[in-house]
Amino acid sequence: MLIAALRKELLLQWRSRAQFMAVFVFGAAALLLFSFAVGPVAEMLRQFSAGFLWLGLLLSSTLTLAESFHAEMENRALEGLLLLPANPRALYYGKAIANWLQLILLGIALVPVMVVLYDAGTTRLGLLVVVIALGTAGLSAPGTLYAAMTAQVRSKQTLLPLLLFPLIVPALLASVKATSLIILGDPMNQISAWVILLVAFDAIYWSLCGLLFSRVVEE
Amino acid sequence: MPPSADIEAKNLARRYGRRWALADVSFSLAGGAVLMVAGPNGSGKSTLLRTLATAIRPDGGAARVGGFDVVREREDVRKLLALLSHASYLYDSLTARQNLAVVADHLGRSRSGIDALLDRVTLGGRADDAVATFSAGMRKRLSFARVLLQEPRVALLDEPYGQLDPEGFLLVEDVVRELKAGGTTVIIATHQLARAATVADEAMLLEAGRVKWRGKAPEVPK
Repeated sequence: MLIAALRKELLLQWRSRAQFMAVFVFGAAALLLFSFAVGPVAEMLRQFSAGFLWLGLLLSSTLTLAESFHAEMENRALEGLLLLPANPRALYYGKAIANWLQLILLGIALVPVMVVLYDAGTTRLGLLVVVIALGTAGLSAPGTLYAAMTAQVRSKQTLLPLLLFPLIVPALLASVKATSLIILGDPMNQISAWVILLVAFDAIYWSLCGLLFSRVVEE
Repeated sequence: MPPSADIEAKNLARRYGRRWALADVSFSLAGGAVLMVAGPNGSGKSTLLRTLATAIRPDGGAARVGGFDVVREREDVRKLLALLSHASYLYDSLTARQNLAVVADHLGRSRSGIDALLDRVTLGGRADDAVATFSAGMRKRLSFARVLLQEPRVALLDEPYGQLDPEGFLLVEDVVRELKAGGTTVIIATHQLARAATVADEAMLLEAGRVKWRGKAPEVPK
């Protein structure tokens, strides 16, 4: 059932791939605007680059997450699946994994933009991808649940960030710190502590949100 | 052939806000029978079907489908039935074939019968077109294919004639006869009384969420 749900999500994402480009352009534009706020001070830009990358990714993620339930609500397709009956947990994990994969791609695509704008290159690319994967997992799990909750309300574009942002502060903090240590150097080997925090956050929210999803989508 | 599924509702009630869409509906339907439900707009036809289909929960009373309670044994009820709803349950960005493939995958069934089903609803030539390009009637036909793919023991058809052309009316009647021949219990909520009476065994008139009349389909008051 999970494979069926994931296959459906990836198919929907592929059919609306133009949306991904739009979200990427939005994220890149956000990174550009952040650089204007700091000004042309190369050292400061480099120092804040990790924070800007994750803020850009966070803002872009709300668009991706909200959009992921648009197709489900259009013709009440989600209700149709639940009545088949499809397992709500499988539907949740299918969507959360698909959103996660999309956010990983988005995060990786924004890294070159960060490098160009903030001169924030690193040779530890493998570790950076791991941190992006763990950080976006922390956005995707609660984000998918809240996107389902807000999908049917009129002001969903406002409500989703209002609900999501306070919740993911620990994941955001750990992601920024870990990314910053990768870019600026980690002489005290502190990165493992932030990665462990991210793994713990992900484990809790991926378990909890899967349990709560059926309560959110069923009357 | 699996045994037919009886339907039984007792004092079924459902409200939206302060308004009771279903005030007090009791009826029973033997497995394999076809029941036509008629009534003016807002009489509770769609709410009755959505409650039986477990899409919404009743606020009062009880209902059993195939012996399973629609609240406590929701998953078992869902395994028995298919709902043709006002909403098409389709993904606009996917093609007709992909929409049916999604259903087949979630049911754990083979995709091999999809092309035949699309031909059956005369959409074989548009199988690889996105549903977004379909007319309302074509969407209804595809929704019918979705119902048939589920091979239900109970089919709940809400306004099955809506948006269809005269050829589509014949398709609906063929499908209902085929379902009945296979032992499927069918409830049709419709305003097309004369048409539905040709395939229905029994009829029920609803008014303001209550059963106003119940009898044989050919005797339904006009």
